[in-house]
Amino acid sequence: MNKTGLLMTAVALVASGVWAQDDNQLVINGEIEIITDAPAPEYISGLDTIYSGWRFRQPAMQQLEMDDFENPASLAIDDAVEQWSMVEGSEGKSCASCHEDVEDSMAGVRAVYPKWNEGAGEVRTLANQINTCRTENMGAEAWKYDGTQMTGAEALIGMQSRGMPVNVAVDGPAHETWKKGEEMYYTRYGQLELSCASCHEENYDNYIRADHLSQGQINGFPAFRLKQNRLIQTHNRFKGCIRDTRAETFSPGSPEFVALELYVASRGNGLSVEAPSVRP
Amino acid sequence: MAENVKPKVRVPKSASAGEVITLKTLISHPMESGQRKDSDGNVIPRSIINRFTCEFNGETVIDITMEPAISTNPYFEFEAKVPEAGTFTFTWYDDDGSVYTESQDIAIS
Repeated sequence: MNKTGLLMTAVALVASGVWAQDDNQLVINGEIEIITDAPAPEYISGLDTIYSGWRFRQPAMQQLEMDDFENPASLAIDDAVEQWSMVEGSEGKSCASCHEDVEDSMAGVRAVYPKWNEGAGEVRTLANQINTCRTENMGAEAWKYDGTQMTGAEALIGMQSRGMPVNVAVDGPAHETWKKGEEMYYTRYGQLELSCASCHEENYDNYIRADHLSQGQINGFPAFRLKQNRLIQTHNRFKGCIRDTRAETFSPGSPEFVALELYVASRGNGLSVEAPSVRP
Repeated sequence: MAENVKPKVRVPKSASAGEVITLKTLISHPMESGQRKDSDGNVIPRSIINRFTCEFNGETVIDITMEPAISTNPYFEFEAKVPEAGTFTFTWYDDDGSVYTESQDIAIS
């Protein structure tokens, strides 16, 4: 974007007081075009248009995501690339032993997860799948569900789908889990009696104290949160949100959060995968 | 002693003679300030990168003294005029005596 464009956008924003409806376009590294708004899927009754969280951020922060060199997640990605070909476990294998080049083998994977696993008879997140691979195929120890290595690996895999539209399946065998996730989304938790929808559906684009509420889309996760100065995984963010309602939270990797992740991911069907994104 | 220090630079592959280009550099480093204490109350010794330089064909482009208040993973972005084809050499000097270098060629188009 040129400087004049930025300036004009800034003026427009001040005039309307609204960030989400600005016209900034997200193009990463000058080549990957990202869809940051799309018509809401028909099963979402509370929204007409879905917006990526990127649209709610201020221009200076938006800029960080437009160039991988400036994206602070890039250091974690470098580590994950090394990890990809690191041999671990009793089978003497690394991720690369089976999946070879991450850029080819993992393209499009993030876009369809969480997804139904026929063999296991359950919905699995990307992190579930990575750990299954580690324990069953590599004979290695499972990673902590929201630990640094897992989050880095997820970001690396997610990155290979950047620009592809999120397209998780909500029907078929996954439907039951999806329904559970939907119920959770609209259930009020905690002393403050807030549901996900209270903030992210009914009040997105408003402020909650100093925070500009987005629609809570997870197409950019794992996200680099400047506040925590590291990559943050979806379940980690769910936990933070529920904690903020002053409730007892579920654990990262719990069946409840897997269901919620499936449902929330489906609310972003049509937006581009954006991981690793940069958020405040 | 800093571990896992990795420098990264971005220099355009080519430029026209006399063009002003933007250079971006990043190095992963904890930049421990020497002001912090560990859980036992002992001071964590200072460990920072104290100097950063950039040279073009042996000529200094920039020479920076770095101080303890600079954050983890220091990022520098600056501009330079490119009169001819050549090599940019970037050098970081660590408190522990380590020197990290990275260089990149630029062609004239």
